[in-house]
Amino acid sequence: MTKPTTLTAPAPAAAPGRTSGSGPAARHTPPRPRKRPSDLLSRTGVTAMLGLATLYTLLPMLWLVLSSTKSRQDLFATNGFAPGRHFALFDNLGHLFRADNGIYLRWMVNTVLYAGLGALLATVFSVAAGYAFDKLAFPLKEKLFAFVLLGVMVPGTALAIPLYLIAAEVGLVNTFWGVFLPGLVFPFGVYLARVFSAAYVPGEVLEAARMDGAGEFKTFCRIAFPMLAPAFVTIFLFQFTQIWNSFFLPLVMLSDKDLYPVNLGLYVWYGSALSQGHPQDYLLAVVGSLVSVAPLVVLFLMLQRFWKSGMTAGAVK
Amino acid sequence: MASPSARAQRRTAALLLAPFLVLFSAVTIAPLLYAGWMSLFTTRTSGLGFGGTREVFAGLDNYANALSDPAFRDGFLTVAVYVAVYIPVMIGGALLLALLLDSALVKARAFFQLALFLPHAVPGLIAALIWVYLYTPGLSPVIDLLGSGGIHVSFLSADNAVFSTANIAVWEWTGYNMVIFYAALKAVSGETLDAARIDGAGGIRTALSIKLPMIRPSIALAVLFTVIGSVQLFTEPKVIYSASSAIGSDWTPNMYVESAAFTHNDFGLAAAASLLIALFAAVLSFLVTRFSRSRSRP
Repeated sequence: MTKPTTLTAPAPAAAPGRTSGSGPAARHTPPRPRKRPSDLLSRTGVTAMLGLATLYTLLPMLWLVLSSTKSRQDLFATNGFAPGRHFALFDNLGHLFRADNGIYLRWMVNTVLYAGLGALLATVFSVAAGYAFDKLAFPLKEKLFAFVLLGVMVPGTALAIPLYLIAAEVGLVNTFWGVFLPGLVFPFGVYLARVFSAAYVPGEVLEAARMDGAGEFKTFCRIAFPMLAPAFVTIFLFQFTQIWNSFFLPLVMLSDKDLYPVNLGLYVWYGSALSQGHPQDYLLAVVGSLVSVAPLVVLFLMLQRFWKSGMTAGAVK
Repeated sequence: MASPSARAQRRTAALLLAPFLVLFSAVTIAPLLYAGWMSLFTTRTSGLGFGGTREVFAGLDNYANALSDPAFRDGFLTVAVYVAVYIPVMIGGALLLALLLDSALVKARAFFQLALFLPHAVPGLIAALIWVYLYTPGLSPVIDLLGSGGIHVSFLSADNAVFSTANIAVWEWTGYNMVIFYAALKAVSGETLDAARIDGAGGIRTALSIKLPMIRPSIALAVLFTVIGSVQLFTEPKVIYSASSAIGSDWTPNMYVESAAFTHNDFGLAAAASLLIALFAAVLSFLVTRFSRSRSRP
């Protein structure tokens, strides 16, 4: 595939230790020893500081994993960073999937629909729009793009009440669509897609396709879209985490438990553990958190080169 | 001008843009306009409340009421204090970690990068749940640990609520920004660093005088994005709120909006307050864009 020599968007495979700005030959050479080790910055000192920070990030995760394996008694009676006396993970999972007639599984399915299907469609729409803004000529292009950027500036949570009001007007409050439709719109994705399109789809290729008489739409589908595959994955990941993370909107929009995404369900379980004194719900919220986070962590580990490129593209703007 | 190719491009552009623009209008523009309309009305209860309610045009009263409500203003104040605690710790921490990672002294870079980033894969609500458990006396190993060292802290007290909330955000975002800063540091040219080394600059000197100034645009952007994110503060305090009486139901601007709408059923006020928050965030974002444009090529 043709790769542009100068990137306005960073290359997707930002492997650790890469020295950017250097040619492909320099890619695999280790970074040169730039500094003399001073007394303060000894190898041990640096590693110790990074290790300490790692402890801070990993201990809460360890707590979540360990607590999920404990019985209710052990949850309160044993140290949170140590295993319990009984290994109760499978009991807990059983309770989790049986609670409220198996509503947890339903929440997971809802979340996958809201976040997975929603992000997939949002990404297709964003890539199509971003490509049009980058490669096609039409009237009022830049004005329209500025309008889209305005959407980037309106924060999601500030939109929750306005969305609720209009959903109430058209009868979408407490329906699947009230949470699903807003997830389909991702203005920042359009911005990213435009940047990626400029970097990954060379104009000459489109010219060649036009010379051969391929229609514009066909050119987009057959030629440009495959070239934008890395952009597609990046934008999808961004929107997926955004919807998976969203809490305010479902909280105001939904009252039917069967429509909840998993976040809202966990919040309600946690709330009832506190307010109605259901201590068994404490454990449900803990195990439920672990089960919903685990696939996300695996997804992130598998796709790290994509989220890294998206993050830096967004930051360097 | 109207060559067949230009016409084909226009038609295809319309086709490719239509799904996004239609949905964008429906779920962003229309709600904002409708909220704008709603914010101009207020609900009056006639008589003693037996006569039902009616919508009365109120002009800008809702905006005035929101802005003059100490609870709403205190929300912004809370966010300001939160930002003052959170940003130096988080950005400073992310920078330090990125510089450490960028120094030649680290083995296992990939491991550290991943381990430090990992919290970001945890949704905010679940991060808040985990930390609230770690803040709860009788359940928290952290409190036990500190207690055995003679330190007694109440993470959920009113005095500590800002710090406890900021800590959750620090946990979630430090690794994320570290990855961004680290990527920016990778782009600092080797020649510059070699020159500094030949001139006799040590590791710390190079970090402070060369590397930090070179990645200043990234730092500025991260700071401003973090401020905009902080304006939206909702999930974490909402979770802490259910565990602690220290955080009121209108502790942040977004919580104020939620309680105006669903506790007081005052949708006019909620709409006005929402739009004020959106406006505030948009102004901040505008500053971000201006700032990054003037700084993007140092």
